[in-house]
Amino acid sequence: MADIVMRDLVKTYPGGKTRATDNVSLTVADGEFLVLVGPSGCGKTTLLRMVAGLETPDSGSVAIGGRDVTWLPPRERHVSMVFQSYAIFPHMKVRQNIAFGLRMRKVPPAEIERRVRQAAEVLELVDYLDRYPAQLSGGQRQRVAVARAIVVDAGVLLMDEPLSNLDALLRLQFRAELKKIVRQIGTTTLYVTHDQAEAMSLGDRIAVMRAGRIVQVGPPLQVYDRPSERFVGGFLGTPPMNFFTAVVAEASGGTSLRVGDQALAAPRAIGAFDGRPVVVGVRAENVEVGTSPGEGRLRARVEVVEPTGSSLLLTVRLAEHELKVQAPPGFKVEPDDTVWLRCGPEALRFYDPESTLALES
Amino acid sequence: MTATRVRPPQPQVTAPEGDTGRARRARRGRAIALQVACVAVTLFMGLPLYLITLAGLSSRESLNRFPLSLLPTDLSVETMSVFLSSTGVVPGFLNSLQVGLYTLALSLLIGVPAGYALARYAFAGREPYQLFLLLTRALPIVVLSVPLAKVFLTTGLYDTTYAVTLLHTALALPTTVLITSAVFVAVPRDHEEAAMIFGATGPQAVLRVVLPQALPGIAAAAMFTFVMSWNEVLGAAILTLNQRTLPAQVLATLGDSPLAYRFAGGLALVLPAVVFIAVMRRYLINMWGTTLR
Repeated sequence: MADIVMRDLVKTYPGGKTRATDNVSLTVADGEFLVLVGPSGCGKTTLLRMVAGLETPDSGSVAIGGRDVTWLPPRERHVSMVFQSYAIFPHMKVRQNIAFGLRMRKVPPAEIERRVRQAAEVLELVDYLDRYPAQLSGGQRQRVAVARAIVVDAGVLLMDEPLSNLDALLRLQFRAELKKIVRQIGTTTLYVTHDQAEAMSLGDRIAVMRAGRIVQVGPPLQVYDRPSERFVGGFLGTPPMNFFTAVVAEASGGTSLRVGDQALAAPRAIGAFDGRPVVVGVRAENVEVGTSPGEGRLRARVEVVEPTGSSLLLTVRLAEHELKVQAPPGFKVEPDDTVWLRCGPEALRFYDPESTLALES
Repeated sequence: MTATRVRPPQPQVTAPEGDTGRARRARRGRAIALQVACVAVTLFMGLPLYLITLAGLSSRESLNRFPLSLLPTDLSVETMSVFLSSTGVVPGFLNSLQVGLYTLALSLLIGVPAGYALARYAFAGREPYQLFLLLTRALPIVVLSVPLAKVFLTTGLYDTTYAVTLLHTALALPTTVLITSAVFVAVPRDHEEAAMIFGATGPQAVLRVVLPQALPGIAAAAMFTFVMSWNEVLGAAILTLNQRTLPAQVLATLGDSPLAYRFAGGLALVLPAVVFIAVMRRYLINMWGTTLR
């Protein structure tokens, strides 16, 4: 068990013009499951590899369990890792693959046998111990990679998009299993993914990265509910957060937002921006769709209707903005119909049109 | 897995009789053509081997008979034993073997690390180095041999198997380096990194994870090197007088020997190379339940 402290990590790849990670500082608490999430090329894998010791930073430091490991080779860091490609060794049987880390650390054979067996039981690999990886399915290879990583009892478990090579159904299944396993062993875990759903479901906290910087860190629901900038709201969630520009109008009756020729009630706090345009963000599930006009409802025209089974995903046009909203599955609506949207002021988030940063808290 | 894929049951197509019949015939025709092509290629390679073996194992008289029998009806080891007992053949054979194995060891010892470096590290002059490697093969041995002979004369290496070994190593190295580097490129970097995460040092990672996976390619390079050395005549003939390798020995005495002797020499030259290839073949294909390059 160990915590990870990354301090001001800067890394520029040889020949690269931009920084892969740009002054990144991040702490993963002992036993915590932290997910690094972001679009491809945002530097999340680079950050993970610097913790693993597979890359060295240009500046900054990495400490694991209070020990500065910035310049130590991977084998002296007591970390273990699951690779995106699994990286299990094709010339070794499953048993030898899982035992590799223990053998390199000169663990007695009886002890190796016992721990390999235990790991194989946890990952349901007992029947496959004497097979070669080429004789396994993708999902089973994934299990071997995880077994090899947990069997060494390292202080820190690193995972680099371990589920991205599995098909959708298997990914969903294994995700839950992975969460259970990691919870059981309680290892500090740093997990990299570009899949926001994976990040939301797995992490105790998630760190959203973009262009080499960490944009927001926090518990998944908090990051989901209160994105610190427009990018985060647009990256997390399916469908992503809706954004439209509106002008703040402060009046004696309360604060409102003007969207095209319509008005929408807004929280008082935004009144300070009276007369100025702001970007309004709202999650699809926080927009109520109705067929009749009413107080505080916004008129919108339906463009696309997509049944998803559990609900109806509507693409609607509000003034010049396109929004994604959800309606109950039995909702009767056709393209070109007019619908009325209602969203409570408490569900609205506000962003600066220039900096795209959140305007309140 | 290399298990045969089971075809799902074909849906019954109710096309006109003639169409399916024609399609089936066309497929059959293609299958037969493929078989014929395979047999033709095999014969092209195998027939000369067969004829040499046959002639090498025939008595001198039966070779001169007309019409010449193409079936192994009249086998004898007489020609072979005469050939093997003639002066210089057995020492030549031993010299060839020694040169071949030394060349193999030396070129792998130098070539494999070089191939690894080419595959894994980006260093200044990497591209020119690769080109330069190939250029060494552009020089004909004839051009090289005279200066080489002079160098070996002054260093006292002339007329030793070491001289031939050095020459063959120089000839084999470029291909060894290029073949092994291609194989190392194919071993994912991840595997090495995984090994290092799980406690291996750099050299340990290479030894335990990369080399075993590169084995087929290294076997190919070894095969190529050994056969090259075994067959190389010109350099060996120029650099030696008494310590002849087998091809050089056969070449030197070929002109004034009877036909049967030439065939026996041919067989003695072909056989070890074939055996060596047959042994190395298992490293080339089908290891660990999967087919590697």
